Amino acid sequence: MVAGLINANPIVYEKKERRPRTGSVVLEDEYAVESIDHMVVFSLTFLHHIRDIKDPEHPYSLEDLKVITEDAIEVDDKRSYVRVTFTPTVEHCSMATVIGLCLRVKLMRSLPSRYKVDIRVAPGTHATEAAVNKQLNDKERVAAALENPNLVDMVDDCLAPSFE
Amino acid sequence: MADSTHCVKLIESFVDSSSTPAQQAASIDAIAALVKNDMLTLESLVREMAMYLTTTDSFLRARGTLLLGELLACLASKPLESETVLSLIGFFTERLADWKALHGALIGCLALLRRKGNVGVVSSSKALAVAQSYLQNVQVQSLRQSDRKLCFELLGCLLERYPDDIVHLDDVLIPGICESIDGEKDPECLMLAFHIVEVLVHLYPDPTGPLASFATDLFENLSCYFPIHFTHPKGEDIDVKKEELSRTLMVAFASTPLFEPFAIPLLLEKLSSSLPLAKVESLKYLSYCSDKYGAARMAKHVKVIWSALKDIIYTSPESVLLLESEIVDGMSFQESHTVTEALILLQKVFCQNSDLLIDLIVIDEDIKKTVDSIYQFKEYTGIPLADKQRLHAVGSILYFSAKSSIGSCNRVFEAFFPCLINALGISAENSVALLSSPCNFGATYLCVELLAGCRALVVRTKGNATSNVIVQEAWCDILCTYSTSLTKLFSFTLITGVDGSTQNACLHSGVKGLQILATFPGDFSPISKSVYESILLKLISVVTGNCKDAFLWKLALKALVEVGSFVDKSEDTEKAQSFNAIVVDKIASFMLCDDLSMPLPLKLEIISSIGTTGLSYMQKFLQGLECSLLASLSGVYVRGDPENLEIATSLLECYSCDVLPWFDSIGGQEEVQFHFALTIWGQIGNILSFCASSQEQKLLSAAMTAMQYAVGRCLAENQTVIIDRAFGILLSTTSLPINDLMDEITSVKVEGYKSNDDLGCMSCREKWIISLFASVVAALRPQAHIANVKVILRLFLTTQLSGHVPSAQALGSIINKLPVKVENMDASNVFSLEDAIDLIFSSRVWSLCNEGPTNCSVARNNNETSIRNNLLIQSHAIEGLAWIGKGLLMRGHEKVKDLIVTLLSCLLSNHSEGSLPCTEQEFLCVMRSAADAFHILVSDSEACLNKRLHATIRPLYKQRLFSIVLPIILSLISKADSSIQRAMLYRAFANVVSGTPLSAVLSEAKKLIPILVDSLFVLSEDILNKDIVYCILLVLSGIMTDKKRSEVVEENAHIIVRRLIALMSYPHMMVIRETAIQCLTAMSELPHARIYPMRTQVLLSLLKTLDDPKRAVRLEAVKCRQACVSYMEFIYPQLPRVHIAIQSRHI
Repeated sequence: MVAGLINANPIVYEKKERRPRTGSVVLEDEYAVESIDHMVVFSLTFLHHIRDIKDPEHPYSLEDLKVITEDAIEVDDKRSYVRVTFTPTVEHCSMATVIGLCLRVKLMRSLPSRYKVDIRVAPGTHATEAAVNKQLNDKERVAAALENPNLVDMVDDCLAPSFE
Repeated sequence: MADSTHCVKLIESFVDSSSTPAQQAASIDAIAALVKNDMLTLESLVREMAMYLTTTDSFLRARGTLLLGELLACLASKPLESETVLSLIGFFTERLADWKALHGALIGCLALLRRKGNVGVVSSSKALAVAQSYLQNVQVQSLRQSDRKLCFELLGCLLERYPDDIVHLDDVLIPGICESIDGEKDPECLMLAFHIVEVLVHLYPDPTGPLASFATDLFENLSCYFPIHFTHPKGEDIDVKKEELSRTLMVAFASTPLFEPFAIPLLLEKLSSSLPLAKVESLKYLSYCSDKYGAARMAKHVKVIWSALKDIIYTSPESVLLLESEIVDGMSFQESHTVTEALILLQKVFCQNSDLLIDLIVIDEDIKKTVDSIYQFKEYTGIPLADKQRLHAVGSILYFSAKSSIGSCNRVFEAFFPCLINALGISAENSVALLSSPCNFGATYLCVELLAGCRALVVRTKGNATSNVIVQEAWCDILCTYSTSLTKLFSFTLITGVDGSTQNACLHSGVKGLQILATFPGDFSPISKSVYESILLKLISVVTGNCKDAFLWKLALKALVEVGSFVDKSEDTEKAQSFNAIVVDKIASFMLCDDLSMPLPLKLEIISSIGTTGLSYMQKFLQGLECSLLASLSGVYVRGDPENLEIATSLLECYSCDVLPWFDSIGGQEEVQFHFALTIWGQIGNILSFCASSQEQKLLSAAMTAMQYAVGRCLAENQTVIIDRAFGILLSTTSLPINDLMDEITSVKVEGYKSNDDLGCMSCREKWIISLFASVVAALRPQAHIANVKVILRLFLTTQLSGHVPSAQALGSIINKLPVKVENMDASNVFSLEDAIDLIFSSRVWSLCNEGPTNCSVARNNNETSIRNNLLIQSHAIEGLAWIGKGLLMRGHEKVKDLIVTLLSCLLSNHSEGSLPCTEQEFLCVMRSAADAFHILVSDSEACLNKRLHATIRPLYKQRLFSIVLPIILSLISKADSSIQRAMLYRAFANVVSGTPLSAVLSEAKKLIPILVDSLFVLSEDILNKDIVYCILLVLSGIMTDKKRSEVVEENAHIIVRRLIALMSYPHMMVIRETAIQCLTAMSELPHARIYPMRTQVLLSLLKTLDDPKRAVRLEAVKCRQACVSYMEFIYPQLPRVHIAIQSRHI
């Protein structure tokens, strides 16, 4: 596909410590809803879904490279809406669409179907920002992309560690 | 003799390059078997093989040689003629020059050289020839790994088995070995190579001998491996661990003092490396090598080692990171690995060259600077981090200096102690002026470390009868002079703690100092008796008076425990007396008085921690404990006092959790348990009327636990005494119908009447007596004699009908332990198991269970309440029967079958006919208790019938029950006609299955799976059954994860999946949903043809589960979905489109 690496020397950041789940299972009320409207907790849950996705080029997770951070995720449970804003490592990164696709597939597989997922490149971090955003949120184009076996392989490869 | 064609065929099959390794191994084994059984001689075999051994075709030659070599390895214990061995070793020696056939030759040589004893061994001249040929012909480093390994094995074998012959080869041997090791990189080979060096060095013990000239070369070969560093990726499996290799290299390093001029500089150089690994390794090697090289050789390195060590201890970067976590425990740093190793090395150097090292320490500028600037370190919080670390380093150096020898202790005292004393403000004996200002933390800390070192020195030299010498030493004089003021100073640090001005670190040092002063061993003690007593007084006053400062309280208690266990071990009677008088008596009296200034839990903690340091202390405390227990109990009995209730409960818990188990652990103290049980009974016997209290149930159960524990630990004869005593009290209780039960005729009547009353009618005292009596009975050993078994049985049969569970458990326990009838026994006074069973099966409990609710005699002509009452009694009877059944089952008695049949008939009792005025719920209650009886039968109980309480337990009794019950229940289920009956049968089935070990269940998996799935369906309808549903689900998942049963799961895949999908939305219990999804994930691994039809259904229901209220369930759902999707995509590449289509509808 690509001859050289797009970003040969990415900066690897220190991970944020993962917060353990609070409260033991026994003590919890059986019928209490672990509320989806509880923003912090639930966005963390989401993070557990996407933070482990691998970068297409490097053996690091998106979190290591600060492509995704905790603050870049907005959740509104009542309106069933999620918006993820990610930051490509370099401006002309051609992997941006692949990363976005990974995010979308991961969220599609992990969220209840009532959710509307919106995936965007952080403003000003990519050369063809508008094009990428459009491509990522066009459901026909996403569906078409997922019929391409090469792309699906690549996406699955990136998603593999996040299911462990 | 085997015919030669067969033999030739075997040889050919081995030599043939087209045969598989398995065939080759088989032919070797076949030939070896022929030779072993003398069907074939080696000579004739060699003759047959002649062509293969000498041909010019190098492949065939190599195979032939290998065949002969491997054959000899198989024949290690077969006796061979010496000529045979001679000619074979000659052949192989020659073959060592043939590099194409080298592999076989090495194996052959090794096999022959390893032969032992009288089976024909290689002579020493031939071994020498092997060595010569080897050294001349084999280029080890040009061979592949397996051959190199063989080469090293051969060398090792020669060196170990023929050292006296090999030794003469010195001028070729040592260079040869150097050459073969040079450049080796494989860990396994290196292990052997290092070992060879070690053995080689031992061959030449003479320091001026041939080794001396080669030592440089040899060490050069070794030195390049230090420190051992593996470059292999972690995943690769290497048999040799890094630690083992490093250890072997270390032994090789230390093998001869001749290495010292090279090794020590190398290690010191690596010590200054920035790699932590290299540092730790160098320190380890230095410690080990300095032991082996000896003090004289090491003396010249002491100075360099000291400066390196000081650097490490002073500025270890790792310990800085861990520094801030230390506040909890005073000034103790969590030491890094490097520092620990450095301190070990410091000790080693002290052992060897104590005088040299102490010279260096005394004049060391850095230490001197720290000690001189000690005035600055007044308060702990004010000290900068780096200084704290330095203080800590100096502390440990002082500790080890004082500890290592008397001489160094003197020196270090003379050098530093005066300065510390000045900083502390103590100038002479009994100086009191210091009490005006807060003490200097730094000086206190160093002082305490120094004292700790002195104490360790005294402890170490105690056995050497030098204690008299110690007393005359200089440091001892100094210490004695200042000991009183020091004690005062340390005590003073504790006083200032009250107003909160001192930090924890200061308190820690102060308490530690007091503890050290009080525990100087033997005849030697720097402090007088009065000072010792004042220390104890100080500590005890903190413990008994100051419970506000929890940290100080804990420290003081810990110190007292240390002092106590020290005094208990030493033979010093004077100190023991003081400790007894000051600490033990004080605490004992403290327990006696009703002092409410200290909370009871703290008091009990004091008792259980100090009491456990010595038997005599605990015995003393026991009186106090007993008094307050009796007082509080009588308070509860007589006045129903809620305060006393709480006190008594925690006292009883202290007995059953701390005190009694401790007496049990030291052994030989059964009297204590016996006495405790009798005391409690005595008190109950004396108090005739009880005041009922609302929350006494908790107290009663605490009393029962303690009683059960105490009685269970008693000897059988003591148990007999207790049970007699208890029975006497039972008899004297007029409100109980004991006297009637004595009589055969009236007893039936009593049973009938009494059982109509429920538990509420029993007076408080009756309830206590019956409950405690039941717990005594449950704890008896089988050997204990019970005098009135018949009456006791009748009594329990009566009381358990009113719903008293301990009575039912006691019944089960009696049945479990009664002796079986023996023919020639005097039948009149021995009540056997058979008699007991007869009694039970003729009792009302039995008849109640057998008569079913509809046709009970009362039903026809009595009103609604009495029927309801009757149903209640019936369910109590069923529970009692279950405990009796458990007793029978555990001892493996046949009658348990009758009992199970009865329980099942209760379970099926048909209530639909007849128009009784009771609701269905009440009938259900009876049926449910029958179903739950199986839970009692199969589960383990804490309260009775377990190993601790001496139950008779036949192995595999649960499996036995399973095999009895399973066929009956299965046939009943297929016959059952009402849904309620089915539900109850499934409930009973679930109880049995979930209690049986999984291995037994697995063997019946084929039959069970449909029933398990059905029971999941039936039971999940009632919310009350959720725990049982979970248990069944666990059994099911156990079956599913067992690889051997996968075909059973496969056959039933569709029903299992359908049930699991339904359970995925089970609203009442999160773990059920979670487990169901996990099971589905496991199912996705089944063959595709089975799973494929269910796919859409699973995926769709997973979509719903992704919105589950619980996080854990959602996560499992995502995992399961991924498992399903990825598997199906793998098989059917077009599937993603379908799958995406399902999803994109919702986007």
